[in-house]
Amino acid sequence: MPTKIEKDSVTGQNTTGHEWDGIKELNTPLPTWWLYVLYATVLWSIGQFVLYPSIPGVRTYFSGVLGYSAREELVQKMQAAADQKAPFLDRIRQASLADIRKTPELLGYAVAGGRVAFAENCAGCHQSGGAGAKGYPSLADDEWLWGGNLAEIERTIRYGIRSAHPDSRTSLMPRFGLDGVLERDKIDDAAEFVLSLSNRATNADAAKRGATVYAENCAACHGNAGAGQRELGAPNLADGIWIYGGDKASIVKVIAESRNGVMPAWTDRLDPAVIKMLTVYVHALGGGE
Amino acid sequence: MAPLDGGTGSFYATRAKVYPRAVGGFYRRIKWAFLAVLLGIYYIVPWLRWDRGPGAPDQAVLIDLPGRRAYFLWIEIWPQEVYYLSGLLILGAVGLFLATSLLGRVWCGYACPQTVWTDLFMWVERLIEGDRVQRMRLDQQPLTTAKGARKVAKHSAWLLISAATGGAWVFYFIDAPTAFAEIFSGQSSVEVYFFIGLFTATTYLLAGWAREQVCTYMCPWPRFQAAMLDVHSLVVTYRDYRGEKRGKHKQGETWEGRGDCVDCRACVVVCPTGIDIRDGQQLECIGCGLCADACDEIMDRVGRPRGLIAFDTLANVSAAGRGETGRYRVLRPRTIAYGLLLLVVGAVMAVALAMRADVELTVLRDRSPLFVTLADGAIRNGYTVKVLNKTRQLQAYRLTVDGLPGARLAIVGDGSITDDQAHASLEVKPDAVGTFRVTVRAERRQLAGEATDVRFRLEGDNDARASQATVFLGPKP
Repeated sequence: MPTKIEKDSVTGQNTTGHEWDGIKELNTPLPTWWLYVLYATVLWSIGQFVLYPSIPGVRTYFSGVLGYSAREELVQKMQAAADQKAPFLDRIRQASLADIRKTPELLGYAVAGGRVAFAENCAGCHQSGGAGAKGYPSLADDEWLWGGNLAEIERTIRYGIRSAHPDSRTSLMPRFGLDGVLERDKIDDAAEFVLSLSNRATNADAAKRGATVYAENCAACHGNAGAGQRELGAPNLADGIWIYGGDKASIVKVIAESRNGVMPAWTDRLDPAVIKMLTVYVHALGGGE
Repeated sequence: MAPLDGGTGSFYATRAKVYPRAVGGFYRRIKWAFLAVLLGIYYIVPWLRWDRGPGAPDQAVLIDLPGRRAYFLWIEIWPQEVYYLSGLLILGAVGLFLATSLLGRVWCGYACPQTVWTDLFMWVERLIEGDRVQRMRLDQQPLTTAKGARKVAKHSAWLLISAATGGAWVFYFIDAPTAFAEIFSGQSSVEVYFFIGLFTATTYLLAGWAREQVCTYMCPWPRFQAAMLDVHSLVVTYRDYRGEKRGKHKQGETWEGRGDCVDCRACVVVCPTGIDIRDGQQLECIGCGLCADACDEIMDRVGRPRGLIAFDTLANVSAAGRGETGRYRVLRPRTIAYGLLLLVVGAVMAVALAMRADVELTVLRDRSPLFVTLADGAIRNGYTVKVLNKTRQLQAYRLTVDGLPGARLAIVGDGSITDDQAHASLEVKPDAVGTFRVTVRAERRQLAGEATDVRFRLEGDNDARASQATVFLGPKP
């Protein structure tokens, strides 16, 4: 409470009566209605206390007269969003992949939904945007191990590669070195020959020797000119794309130890509509055929 | 002067109601003129039409929030160009600084909406309840039918004006003729009625009830306007060297040995904020000059020269008090600085407006993949290209890329890259943003290391062109 109200001689005004280290303040009163506005806000807050959840208890809380719950609101909103999505998902489930691509409305929805599903399920290995990483093929380039049209992409997503699913795509590259099929120098020659397919051989003699090794051991799957074979998922060895690296050491290692990459089957884990959206999205990343 | 707290020590005081008396004169006429012109602008502007062709609104000034466009005569502002609004606000602020340093608080006294609407409300009040003395008497009377009728009439008139104010406000945001019909037929949206109601309430409260309290308690401007004022600014001043010593004066008495102020309090009773200008410069003074009008009237009557209260500079007043002749200094460092700033900002805005292109190009590089190595060893980068077509016609643009000889462009349309050309053709709808996924493919030997500087160029009809620099990424050489 103010203790010592004084009259200031210069202005003729009273002081507030408070004093802080010798500093006094002139009293310039606020309009009374200003104070009533403060009281009104206090009343308002009491209203909020009564109407909305406010007072916490040990196990529960006072839930308010209106019975409002933020959690319930979230559930309702999620349900509303799901209801909104349902007709689209139904249409996608029923439409063929080609039809989805031809209908701009469905295509836009599928690409957007596919992007989300891709980020959740695929980007861990294939990276966002399908950029790929060592051992995980890029999905944005123009080469496909098992085929890049809509049907092939969908099949790969559904059943996986070397997965546990009975319909999985599968093939096996032998471990030429570890299993003692080829001598060390033969593997080296074969690698030189593989390099020569993309004109990068450094030792012409070794490459020539390697041609024979290649023809006997590799050509059955990878083709005589190294063009690969999609039925077996055998990569093209004559182009600029290398899943495990295109330098000689990497090639030698692959021949000697083999790499049989695995992709899981998604058919039991994802809704068919989601797999369709993923298919359309992956197809649109830049390499779709 | 009595203590503001009335000697009670309370931190709150009931507002002393101000009953300004009517006054005529030079400044009052200027104030009426400002009121008429500003209210005229406010109410008429939404009704002006401007033909922009089919499919576009024909309202001269319109802020179309759902359509994300602001129309101002021939100018059409997109949300990206909101800096024009910032520019206008800067112009307004600097203009205010300049006007204040030259003429004092003329904004407050003449042009501020609070002043204009308060003036209008006071005029209505005077028509219904009479002038100062009648109003004071009416308020002291016990409630009778006659008093009640007058009060009801006054508040009804205020509410009508307030509703018209709120109503006109929404016309700046929706087509005025359509909205006008819809408001009265009850077809307008809830939002429209809400905003009309909101502005009706604020106009009624601020101009009818709060009045000068808005200036003294709520408005920040009076608090820092002192920074723009100096002793050479024209402000409403009491020429104390002439007025003092004040005192009552009877006709025929001598004027020797006394001042011209006859202490009639005419300046006090006409003041819309209820202050005494003879106490000197005060925060509450809005610089309207009505006290000068009132004083001039009295000076004419007592036969003394006008201008005891006038727009004058503090420097002149103190010079005159010393018997010297002051001089007006319009050109001062601060007025020159404000004037130059005004010119520069105005020029920048004019140039920006004149150079405003009908097309804009934005290029966003894909973040993942950074680049794609293709089977033949070529490198491909992906970009999201946005083209803003600000014209009212369908436009076909041609997109090329500089800095990568032999680069091929393709649009990722329905998911497959079909065409592969040295340029991409982009078609954008009228008054819309076209978004395209564009891939650029280049031979590896054309790249200058990991990142190659490139520039996208967009060309259209009528010399429409835009460009944006970005980079093309590739593997480590």
